[in-house]
Amino acid sequence: MMNYRDPIATAKGLGSAKSGFGHWWMQRLTAIVLALLTPFAVYCLAKYGVSDYAQLKALFAQPLFSAVLVLYVLALFWHARLGLQVVVEDYIHQPALEISLQIAIKIIYSLASVAAVLAIARLALSA
Amino acid sequence: MSSNNRPLSPHLQVYNPQITSVLSIVHRITGVILALGSLLTLWVLISLSMGPDTFAVTQVCLQSIFGQLAIFAFSLCLMYHLFNGIRHLFWDAGKGYNIQTVTKSGISVLVLTILSTASLWLLALSKGGL
Repeated sequence: MMNYRDPIATAKGLGSAKSGFGHWWMQRLTAIVLALLTPFAVYCLAKYGVSDYAQLKALFAQPLFSAVLVLYVLALFWHARLGLQVVVEDYIHQPALEISLQIAIKIIYSLASVAAVLAIARLALSA
Repeated sequence: MSSNNRPLSPHLQVYNPQITSVLSIVHRITGVILALGSLLTLWVLISLSMGPDTFAVTQVCLQSIFGQLAIFAFSLCLMYHLFNGIRHLFWDAGKGYNIQTVTKSGISVLVLTILSTASLWLLALSKGGL
């Protein structure tokens, strides 16, 4: 097959979509993780509720529960960040506002990921 | 290059709402609600990690009527986004593009959303509520 790619594009390893495929692919990978784990998460919440502190704390003492929850929150905030990024790209057309929102989204969801992992670690290690 | 009064291609508002377009925009809307709501979930997690006294405040908020309504709305959005997301993954794999199939899978998403949300809340209520 003939190669239609521009030599500079081959050299840089970037097509017209730049890193767009990576975004698309991670949105799907995190979607699969979330689709598998959300039934487990909502089942736990519906079953245990939020009224019994000791019972919730005891869940975090199980290493597998905490480990799976770490995977879940990381996939969740990554997926949320990628999704919000696309929504802002599509509907916010004022450049200054768009760039500000994009940066804010990245910072807030990075922070959320770190905070969630720290909270789970604290619960898991003190349980 | 530019000339005035040229016809524009048909825009969104000339179309009647259809199950395809409505479910598509609802996927986005629920996605935004869930993305913002996930930060509230984080607040629950952090307050849990800060001990029983801090978590007691969260419990009061969550168990208030507004808290319960918010969690109900959130669960509805989550179930919709989950099932419609799975529908999207099938499309990404190149399956289910037949228009009758798209309509059927769309209706299935709505039915599953209602059934799963109802099951979750029946389970929660059978345990004495959240």
